[in-house]
Amino acid sequence: MTWRMRGLAAGGVLAAAVTVSVVAAATEAEDHAADEIRRYRQMLEDGNPAELMEMKGEALWREARGPKGASLEACDLGLGPGVVAGAYAQLPRFFADTGRVQDTESRLVSCMVALQGFASAEATRDWYRPGSDLEALVTYVATQSKGAPIRVPVSHPEEARLLAAGGELFFRRSGPLDFSCATCHSQDQRRIRLQDLPNFLNPADARASMVTWPAYRVSQSAVWTMERRLIDCVRQMRWPEPAFGSEAIVALQVWLQHQGEGGELQSPGIKR
Amino acid sequence: MSVRRRLSGLVALTMLASSSMAGAAGSLTEAIVREAFATATPEEWRDRLAQDDAQALCSQHRNQPPPEVAAQILESQRATVRLPEDGRLMGDWRAGEKLAGIGTGGHIGRIQPDPPGRAKGGNCYACHVMAPGEVAAGNIGPTLTGYGRLRGNTPEMQRYTYEKIHNAQAFFPCSHMPRFGHNGWLSPKEIADLVAFLLDPESSVNAGR
Ligand code: HEC
Ligand code: HEC
Repeated sequence: MTWRMRGLAAGGVLAAAVTVSVVAAATEAEDHAADEIRRYRQMLEDGNPAELMEMKGEALWREARGPKGASLEACDLGLGPGVVAGAYAQLPRFFADTGRVQDTESRLVSCMVALQGFASAEATRDWYRPGSDLEALVTYVATQSKGAPIRVPVSHPEEARLLAAGGELFFRRSGPLDFSCATCHSQDQRRIRLQDLPNFLNPADARASMVTWPAYRVSQSAVWTMERRLIDCVRQMRWPEPAFGSEAIVALQVWLQHQGEGGELQSPGIKR
Repeated sequence: MSVRRRLSGLVALTMLASSSMAGAAGSLTEAIVREAFATATPEEWRDRLAQDDAQALCSQHRNQPPPEVAAQILESQRATVRLPEDGRLMGDWRAGEKLAGIGTGGHIGRIQPDPPGRAKGGNCYACHVMAPGEVAAGNIGPTLTGYGRLRGNTPEMQRYTYEKIHNAQAFFPCSHMPRFGHNGWLSPKEIADLVAFLLDPESSVNAGR
């Protein structure tokens, strides 16, 4: 703590001494950010392109597909077979049939395997590519939670275990740049270059972020699910890629959703 | 090089050390990490998940080490600091300026890896405001605009700045700043170029533009 304060104080002195040039730079930077926000607003008025994914996802949900020729309409997303409304707001959660805590992505894959007869490799193939079936299904499911408060259950021992693990993982540093999630996401009002970074230790920030996923990313021309978002942050950390649906990725989501508890979902979001 | 050899020795050693010191909760997380990355290939990528002492301690204490742990990290990190063999602490500020803006290099995985051989930069602008002309600058670290103008470029400042970039935690345990030299991310020449970018009176950090 004292170390941190000493470093910040040194930074503060330096900052005060060079106010003029820095204020100029910061103002321009804010202008850039404001421009970007205006662009999103404009896009929002034209409609969020994620709505197309929502429609595709709904069609996939209802269509009889796979070796068993079944739809996903009997899929249990945690609130009972076929209940989609509000389910995303309470995921990840423990499922007795798989014995695992699952996020929306991996739960949908379980249903595709169990109900439709897909091999799991087939259900997850290229899931991260823009426009994938899984991306569409997650967008559809999440949209059916619009307005619902985020409330992930943590009373099952497995849920509690992953919540604790997620909190630890958030601070776990390794790799050639010594990064952890906390490097970029543990202080208020920080930016990497011009990109605003939510502080996930601050519940208000966590809520504001978590209610917007999955989100259409203008820079990627694609909807990203939360798993996709996290895998990209792990990539920026210069770590290898975590496996789809792995406990590490699910644990981080349990912890992030828990930090964002009570936030009312606005999915799908729209982002840089 | 020697830094690299030291690092891989350190990694092997502390993989043992961290599992014994992190306690029950920590070993749960380590098992989860091993499982999540078990299929990441090639296998040497997984070396990036091994923690040295400083990484393990900073993780365990969530970057807020109690005083005795902070002192221990400071001491172990100070002992790693290496000055360049040719003794040149100030290189070419323009080369340093370029490095400060390069954010690519070292990304792995199957979805969006860097092409092989892609230049690794210092990416200082991700976290620091530096030359006032560069507006796309982050603020995880303190602003460094006018750094040399304000603090001078005496041999002591050159040495401090070189050592700071080489291993930030030799001065600030559990700093968010990467240990660029210690981890073998930047070469001694590249660090000297960055020292010049910060200290050379002609540099855009100090002269403005
Ligand atoms: C090197 C910095 C860095 C690290 C380390 C990092 N992230 Fe991120 N994170 C970012 C950036 C940059 C964005 C995107 C911000 C933008 O596009 O405006 C982001 C976005 C996010 C978002 C979405 C925020 C939103 O609503 O737009 C989440 C959630 C997130 N990160 C979680 C994590 C987690 C969990 C970890 C650790 C596994 C992590 N990040 C590690 C830089 C980082
Ligand atoms: C992930 C963010 C991050 C990156 C990237 C980063 N730094 Fe830092 N830097 C910090 C933080 C945080 C501090 C303040 C804490 C400390 O002193 O370690 C700091 C402190 C410093 C200081 C000490 C300032 C003083 O007042 O004594 C120097 C010099 C510095 N950084 C240079 C660099 C250079 C050069 C690069 C690029 C090679 C760089 N930093 C990249 C986060 C970063």
